[in-house]
Amino acid sequence: MIFDIFLVEAIINGILFGGVLALLALGLNLVFGVVDVVWICYAELVMVGMYSIYWGNNHFELPLVICVVIAILAVALLGFLIHFLVIRPILGKPPINQLLVTGGLLFFMQSFATLLFTGDFRNLGLHLPVLELAEMYISFSRLIAFVTALLAMVALYMFLKRTYLGTAIRAISQDREVVVLMGVNPQRVYLVASALGGGLAGMGAALLILQYDVHPLIGISFGPITFMICVLGGLGNMIGGFIAAFVMSQLISLGGFFLETEWGYVIAFVFFIIMMFIRPQGLFGNRS
Amino acid sequence: MLELNNLTAGYGSFQALFSVNLEVKEGEAIAVIGPNGAGKTTLLRTISGMLPVQSGNLSMEGTSLKDVPPYRIIDLGIAHVPENRRLFTSMSIEDNLRMGAFTPNARPHYEERLDFIFNLFPRLKERRSQIAGTLSGGEQQMCAIGRALMSSPKLLLMDEPSAGLAPVIVNQVFQLVQQIRDQGLTVLIVEQNIEQVLQIVDRAYLMEVGTIKISGKAGELIQSESLRKAYVGL
Repeated sequence: MIFDIFLVEAIINGILFGGVLALLALGLNLVFGVVDVVWICYAELVMVGMYSIYWGNNHFELPLVICVVIAILAVALLGFLIHFLVIRPILGKPPINQLLVTGGLLFFMQSFATLLFTGDFRNLGLHLPVLELAEMYISFSRLIAFVTALLAMVALYMFLKRTYLGTAIRAISQDREVVVLMGVNPQRVYLVASALGGGLAGMGAALLILQYDVHPLIGISFGPITFMICVLGGLGNMIGGFIAAFVMSQLISLGGFFLETEWGYVIAFVFFIIMMFIRPQGLFGNRS
Repeated sequence: MLELNNLTAGYGSFQALFSVNLEVKEGEAIAVIGPNGAGKTTLLRTISGMLPVQSGNLSMEGTSLKDVPPYRIIDLGIAHVPENRRLFTSMSIEDNLRMGAFTPNARPHYEERLDFIFNLFPRLKERRSQIAGTLSGGEQQMCAIGRALMSSPKLLLMDEPSAGLAPVIVNQVFQLVQQIRDQGLTVLIVEQNIEQVLQIVDRAYLMEVGTIKISGKAGELIQSESLRKAYVGL
């Protein structure tokens, strides 16, 4: 195939998109790895974060940076509350109950957002420049999102590697019983992981609102793909999820380049289904 | 140091321990021996708070353990090397040891404890960044014991440290236990490997179906005709 500058552009855009997906997948994986419950409503936390930024910026006219900080804290608190009020009472229950409860939360948050904000599409009205680089056009907002997502992931990685609490988070995802012998109170670690997962969703919201309009159903655009990335990488496997995010985003971007944008998603989802036949435990999974 | 009085415990409505009386004095090494399913593991799990006490009493240095949450037991100076080692197999040796020093009381002593353990088990020092799951059985046992020692415990509970290891390694593990004893640590060890464990402890309790059958000095027990016939197979 001849060298094509638009192909390079598509690959770069795929990588940039992959960074944000990887961040979202990391949050979901973190919660699943530690608490062993899949938050089906994870993308709705992102939606809540996007609305808080929009609201703070548009209604209260706060500076964007302040809005972002507030949104991250607010969604972290929401993650904490979801665990404390909803997940904790059903921790020992069958997985199907947990899926149904977090699924219920999804619809609750969607409807509640519609009630508060109506179904209108809203955005910050930002116009970030587009970078032109050797005849390629790279949107500045995507670049910011990618770099910020990477920095957030590095920070989380350091936290998990270097601190006692981070080590305990990794340990508890391997053996939730034996950590108690070392003085770890699992209930506390669950709360920390849930708040962290929420904070990552808030961070994801800040990056996505640079590129997308917010509306009550925005979760549909990111929830399924985030979930599939986590499953593809092996649920709970953070490194696997990271790699899978770039695989999926590249499929979407290249599919969009060779065919049409919609085809990109079709190809990515078909790839996911085929992979589930070949490796149901995920590319890097070792759980059944 | 550790006292169990008429201790009854079990899983739900199923009782596994029936009025067990047991005492461990400071500086002693005590073995609980007996066949599979006798309740030896349950005994250690009850001491560590992983199973609730149904009746009776257990105390550490005069403090009752009954109302202490499981994750606080370690603060009283009790560390537990669990059955099958239960290492964090996809984490490094160092991360495993770090988990042993998780409690706020243990954290300030992390470096000195790490030195102490690396001194005791130089093998772990050589492989400190190796993933625990890739270690040999004997090395994994060292790591599990090291992890428990990180919290500077007064009493070390060991659940079948020799289980699942090759005979040569079993000898090494008993040497490790001897080394730990030499450090002056109080040890309560559960074992099926009766003959070997009786050579390194002071006293032992024989457990059968959740009750203590015989207890006495290790040297006397090993001579006991009934014990030899039933368990040692000589």
